[in-house]
Amino acid sequence: MSVPGSPAVSSALHECSVREAAARVRRRQVSSVELTRAALARIEAVEPRVGAFLARCEAEALAAAEAIDRRVAAGDDPGPLGGVPVGVKDNICTAGVRTTAASRILESFVPAYDATVTAKLRHAGAVIVGKLNCDEFAMGSSTENSALGRTRNPWDPERVPGGSSGGSGAAVAARAVHAALGTDTGGSVRLPAAFCGVVGLKPTYGRVSRYGVIAYASSLDQVGPVTRDVADAAVVLEAIAGHDPADSTASPRPVPAYQDGLDAGVRGMRLGLPREYFVEGMQPEVEQAVRAAVRELERLGAVIEEVSLPHTEYAIATYYLIATAEASSNLARYDGVRYGLRVPGQSLGEMYERSRAAGFGAEVKRRIMLGTYALSAGYYDAYYLKAQQVRTLVRRDFERALERCDALLTPVAPTTAFRIGEKVDDPLTMYLSDIMTISVNLAGLPALVVPCGADGAGLPIGLQVIGRHFDEATMLRIGYAHELASDWHRRSPIP
Amino acid sequence: MAALARLRLEPDEEERLRSDLSAILEAFERLQGLDTAGVEPTAHVEDFGALLRADEITNPPAGEALVANAPARDGRRFRVPKIIE
Repeated sequence: MSVPGSPAVSSALHECSVREAAARVRRRQVSSVELTRAALARIEAVEPRVGAFLARCEAEALAAAEAIDRRVAAGDDPGPLGGVPVGVKDNICTAGVRTTAASRILESFVPAYDATVTAKLRHAGAVIVGKLNCDEFAMGSSTENSALGRTRNPWDPERVPGGSSGGSGAAVAARAVHAALGTDTGGSVRLPAAFCGVVGLKPTYGRVSRYGVIAYASSLDQVGPVTRDVADAAVVLEAIAGHDPADSTASPRPVPAYQDGLDAGVRGMRLGLPREYFVEGMQPEVEQAVRAAVRELERLGAVIEEVSLPHTEYAIATYYLIATAEASSNLARYDGVRYGLRVPGQSLGEMYERSRAAGFGAEVKRRIMLGTYALSAGYYDAYYLKAQQVRTLVRRDFERALERCDALLTPVAPTTAFRIGEKVDDPLTMYLSDIMTISVNLAGLPALVVPCGADGAGLPIGLQVIGRHFDEATMLRIGYAHELASDWHRRSPIP
Repeated sequence: MAALARLRLEPDEEERLRSDLSAILEAFERLQGLDTAGVEPTAHVEDFGALLRADEITNPPAGEALVANAPARDGRRFRVPKIIE
């Protein structure tokens, strides 16, 4: 049985969750080609307002969808994401499809291979319809640092979608794709999820392979799903997680079936509220919405207690020294020799310097310079080594709190989405946007963001659930319990 | 520092960076007030030890694909400015 492709039905198709879309394909109620055409039509309709995509791959997507439909017709299992249109952040390699990291230096780069997460998505049956905008090399909190496009918040075009995975957050919120992949080095999946009112998951460091992900800060980077609800996040995480012979930092621990036990509830769980995350200067509506979500979880049987993470105030400095040090080293590969932009010079050195000067944007240069400084002789101990030691203290804070608690509950950011241009000229103020997300990366912990409210202007507010190492399952259970008791995840910015 | 980072900066860019970086480093001075004597540095959060695998070629040869992105090439080789005078 096939659903006719009338406009009424197509408009319903882009509203489906990943699970529902995959179930319909599996039951042959809709073909993957129909789903893909519906997604492409939706993208066409919302892109002028949102600008989430750097590239759309219509021909490749339709070919992939046809292949899925043939498998379904032959009676094969098309996989957990079988036939479902998704988007991928543009710092994740897609074989044969331009991958730029939103940088001029990679503007014409076409990878020869898929990132492991890309290959895993395809293996799970997903249909990749396009590449999503982000801050250049994932360095930023608003997606304004993209050299190749402007992404707007689907809830208010004058506001940022958050960053760095702003295209992923905006595309999922605008119902342009059923799910997307982002990367999170200091909050880059979670901040856009909160600002755009969708679900974002940053896995434990090592849960997901980084092979083929354009490196920013290798000890902090993780790939994570952006979805419309918590169960979809479980489905996508399960599809992309696991050990990878191509990445020695990808953990060999087995990947649990994250959907199992999702509905087990929170009764008896001990959930901590870090007092340092409820600070003065927060937008009052953010605090109110987060506290309301906490009360709801308490009503559902969780035990709430206050905890302390005393080194929180050092996290921004620690993060920006470590991340930029790693970035200055990772970005040394862009030299105009083997790939990427080249600006000719008289000597090899001049060619390097000119190519990098022309290819990198202001924020990337700022971070390379800061990192070079932190690693340079004479400053190494005072900055880089010191930051690594403080990282240990930040990590111990969490270990202590999570000995007592099953998870921690916090806001995602002190405010809702800010205005385009508001912080872009003041890097330090922009860095402070990450104050509630970066410690999680320093500690290597998993965290989940779920929508939990809106401010007076209707802008979304997120709740962050921070879990124990490799305990994404508990975190997802908490998010799911909250979601069952609320309908914030059903709100959609664009009809 | 710009030379170390292999970046050729314009004078106005250099001025801007200088003021940004000094403001950032000043704000980061707060770390110096924290006593970290005897604290082990964390380079990586999870130490799985050395994960070894057999040294086998698993990827197919991709000669042309690998040089296809080269900004300047000579057959299957990358072309660069003269290095030795």
